[in-house]
Amino acid sequence: MSEIVIVGLNHRTAPVEVRERLAFPADTVGHALRGLREIDGVSEGVILSTCNRVEACVLSESGYGGVESVKEFLAGFHGVPIGELSDHLYHHLGEGAVRHLFRVSSSLDSMVLGEPQILGQVKDAYGYACEFKTIGPVLDKFFTKAFSVAKRVRTETRVANSAVSVSYAAVELAKKILGDLPDKVVMLIGAGEMCELAARHLLSAGAKGILVTNRTFERAVHLAEEFDGTAVRFEELGVHLKRADIILSSTGSPHFILKREDVEAVIRIRRNRPMFFIDMAVPRDIDPDANEIDNVYVYDIDDLNNVIETNLEERQREAALAEEIVVAEVAGFRRWLDSQQVTPTIVSLRRKFDEVRQAEVAKALSALGTADPKTRKVVESLASSILNKVLHAPIASLKREANGRRPMEMVTVVREIFDLPEEEAEGAREGAERASEQGGTIGGQ
Amino acid sequence: MHTVLLKVTALFYLVGALAYLHFVFTLNERSAKLGRMLLLIGAILHGTGFVARYFVAGYTPITSLFESLSFSAFAIVCVFLGFELRYNLRVLGAFVAPLAFAFSASAAFLPGEVRALAPALNSYWLPVHVLLLFFGNAVFAVAFGAGIMYLLMEKELKTKKMGAIFKRLPSLNVLDDINYRCLTIGFPLLTLGIITGSIWAEYAWGSYWSWDPKEVWSLITWFIYAALLHVRMTVGWRGRKAAIFAIVGFCAILFTFLGVNLLLPGLHTYTSFSG
Repeated sequence: MSEIVIVGLNHRTAPVEVRERLAFPADTVGHALRGLREIDGVSEGVILSTCNRVEACVLSESGYGGVESVKEFLAGFHGVPIGELSDHLYHHLGEGAVRHLFRVSSSLDSMVLGEPQILGQVKDAYGYACEFKTIGPVLDKFFTKAFSVAKRVRTETRVANSAVSVSYAAVELAKKILGDLPDKVVMLIGAGEMCELAARHLLSAGAKGILVTNRTFERAVHLAEEFDGTAVRFEELGVHLKRADIILSSTGSPHFILKREDVEAVIRIRRNRPMFFIDMAVPRDIDPDANEIDNVYVYDIDDLNNVIETNLEERQREAALAEEIVVAEVAGFRRWLDSQQVTPTIVSLRRKFDEVRQAEVAKALSALGTADPKTRKVVESLASSILNKVLHAPIASLKREANGRRPMEMVTVVREIFDLPEEEAEGAREGAERASEQGGTIGGQ
Repeated sequence: MHTVLLKVTALFYLVGALAYLHFVFTLNERSAKLGRMLLLIGAILHGTGFVARYFVAGYTPITSLFESLSFSAFAIVCVFLGFELRYNLRVLGAFVAPLAFAFSASAAFLPGEVRALAPALNSYWLPVHVLLLFFGNAVFAVAFGAGIMYLLMEKELKTKKMGAIFKRLPSLNVLDDINYRCLTIGFPLLTLGIITGSIWAEYAWGSYWSWDPKEVWSLITWFIYAALLHVRMTVGWRGRKAAIFAIVGFCAILFTFLGVNLLLPGLHTYTSFSG
């Protein structure tokens, strides 16, 4: 009666002080995975460790007992008293665990909803488990399924569309105003972390080049080198401004460094080629009235934050759709899990061979033409008795393994070599019910 | 047969329009593909219908109001499909497909039987003059759609309230590019259309220019687009003002095409309801 168990903590249940103590640096993962696998009753294990979450996923024979042993293992491995952890740790069993991993990989459980990194981190965790051979057929199928669920969520909903950080919002807006970036020039006025980050994003999104200016020219030269751009003297800003399509500004100036008239003059020189000003300075650098000029767009930090706010709301709406996908996929995976049990496997094994028997008997009888009843009977009983003898051994070992240590591995092998169909919803459910009467169920709550 | 074919296309345009609208609301790519497929099939049927009618009638069938409306729809769909190929502008389908449907559906309510050609129209100039102008108008219809899209998009970007439109429309730059491209294709077509008409008028009516209402309004339309082309080239006008010009210009086209026939009878009145 193996069951998938997930034990862990994340940014919601544990502060960073606790998370960092439980994290598994890359060089300890192999050691930890082996330790996890050595827990009594655990046949497969995967460890996911990111800055926002630490989770151990195992296939445990003892259900809830598995939860306790994994908790003890996590505490023991890091030398943290279990009493300090128990408030922060959560656990999921069976279908709950399936749902949890699907949500995590689809980034529905992330701090920033829809952020793209988590899927890669889950893939890494899977990769480690493959490398150290602590993954088996069930978790393998489980994680692979989680990746495809995440992909479905990403393509079928817009939970990961639209930018939710200031610098990405800047890139998104620039593309909507100016079109393709490869022939666009960025200008960086002043030094501000957020501006520099936005500039970096714009450049990696393909912007052609960058002009850097600063009140202290040395600083401009230094930054220009860093960005592989051109430094420009602050006094000559007016001369060079006309070359820039996207202007990022964050100086410490107490008043506007670009007034509406300045921008009007520049846009005339540029023959109305559009300009996008991103003003991240407080107090502001660029006269907001310049936004009223045709083909000029001025966004300050509040405007960008509002854009992000709207995008986050959209992600939240889309998350509801994503949850529906997860629910459907959990049900599908549940059916697969059910079919992986001994009894349904025996059922489908018998059914498969029975189909072969019937087909072959029919073929033989039609070849014999008008056979008398006796011949018929002989042919039929010959087929049945061959079938029973052939199937006796595999079925007996499956039954034996049902109470053994690793029934699922046996089931997987049998299903593989006899090429049994994977998701036989109806047959599997019947089988599952019968199996649970016998006290052998997998994935139940 | 061909009248039926011409009417059936209206159905394709209708379903195509619905598919494009569905795409705009749900952003489901498959709907856009379906819309394009429907418009393409519609256009093929439509074109076949016209060829068939050409052989039945023995002249280029763009003379009655039925034929004109129907051919406008055909030209608009062709031009749109061309632009979509170049710019991958699926959203524009939601503007253009309903327009094509409106034209072909209103044609469907008009008498569509083939009639004897008015003697004055019996000329090789008919296809030249009419095709140039109809395709020119279709190109300006696309510019009109792009103009509306530009204004909607610009409003969201200026007021910084990014809503559904922001997600769905292409960049301002692309929309303005289409405006310019349409102008550089549509204006020569319009100009040549007017010139060939004038030459034909000399043969048919004995005068190059007789200031009949259709001629006057064509000239007004021509001036609007000429002015836009001029300011684009000299002062570098673009964006909002260019979009507004494209919209005003298309309104002038619509009036030249339909309004003049219905309200201001003159020499060109071959295509009114009665006759």
